[in-house]
Amino acid sequence: MQWGSASEFFAMGGYGLYVWTSFVATALCMVWEVLALWRRRAATRAEQRAALVGGTDETTA
Amino acid sequence: MSMGINWLKYSSPQTFYPLAGRLIPWFASVAVVLMGVGLYMGFFVAPTDFQQGEAYRIIFVHVPAAWMSMFLYVVMAVWAGIGMGLNARLSFMMAQAIAPTGAMFTFLALLTGAMWGKPTWGAWWVWDARLTSELILLFQYAGVMLLRTSIDDARRADRASAVFALVGVVNVPIIYFSVQWWNTLHQGASVSMATGSKMAATMLTAMLIMTVAFWLYSIAVILARVRCIMVERETLPVWEEKPAALQEAVEVR
Repeated sequence: MQWGSASEFFAMGGYGLYVWTSFVATALCMVWEVLALWRRRAATRAEQRAALVGGTDETTA
Repeated sequence: MSMGINWLKYSSPQTFYPLAGRLIPWFASVAVVLMGVGLYMGFFVAPTDFQQGEAYRIIFVHVPAAWMSMFLYVVMAVWAGIGMGLNARLSFMMAQAIAPTGAMFTFLALLTGAMWGKPTWGAWWVWDARLTSELILLFQYAGVMLLRTSIDDARRADRASAVFALVGVVNVPIIYFSVQWWNTLHQGASVSMATGSKMAATMLTAMLIMTVAFWLYSIAVILARVRCIMVERETLPVWEEKPAALQEAVEVR
């Protein structure tokens, strides 16, 4: 390992801004994609349920 | 089939939908574990680059994202082609499900590339063959997706976006070989089938682990998306593994 301390690790030899922006942006995109799909799935489930009950009336479900 | 597996069975939506649902958690959890291992190796095991210092560590997201952007485009075009050839709706839905993830990785390849270009070249962006052709790939993904949303009839939208995707596949070898064909600022391939790797073993291992992780992540999100698309487009809720939604609905009544 080449890091003497946590601050050295976060500094990334002076390239911290570039390195961490890259990794954080990638992580945010992936998390956003997963959350968006989660919500989309919930919406399709609600749609399925409504169709199975035989109507789109929210009060029956 | 000679292997004793009825592959056609898996192409039926009724079989595919629950199968995809069961596979998603496996792909997702292995992806998360491999990302953890890859990041650990990338930040704590791989040494500092003698030329680029710590800036090179961007490679552990940049190269996997760039590879996925090209790979997913080809896979999308293949599904679009199968859809056209066999008139298979599920194939078109697979192509539809791949596009957003492919576009996301293309965007990330460009963004992380800018983050790498600034400290090493002194510029966020240059109109270099590799960068320009990758930007065109982003427009192609956008085109495939916009074409779909702009056509109301689902079958026509399938065909139009499939033709667009298939024509655009010519750009993928251009991106890949751009660093050889043109004199570019972008560095050449770090890993080549002909010459092997020019990287330290631990760097290469970390990069390949991240690539496999991104690949499994893509499979998981694409399967999740295609399941949503199947429900949204078919409107017939007959594919649910167990009719959990039905039971729930009946219980409430």
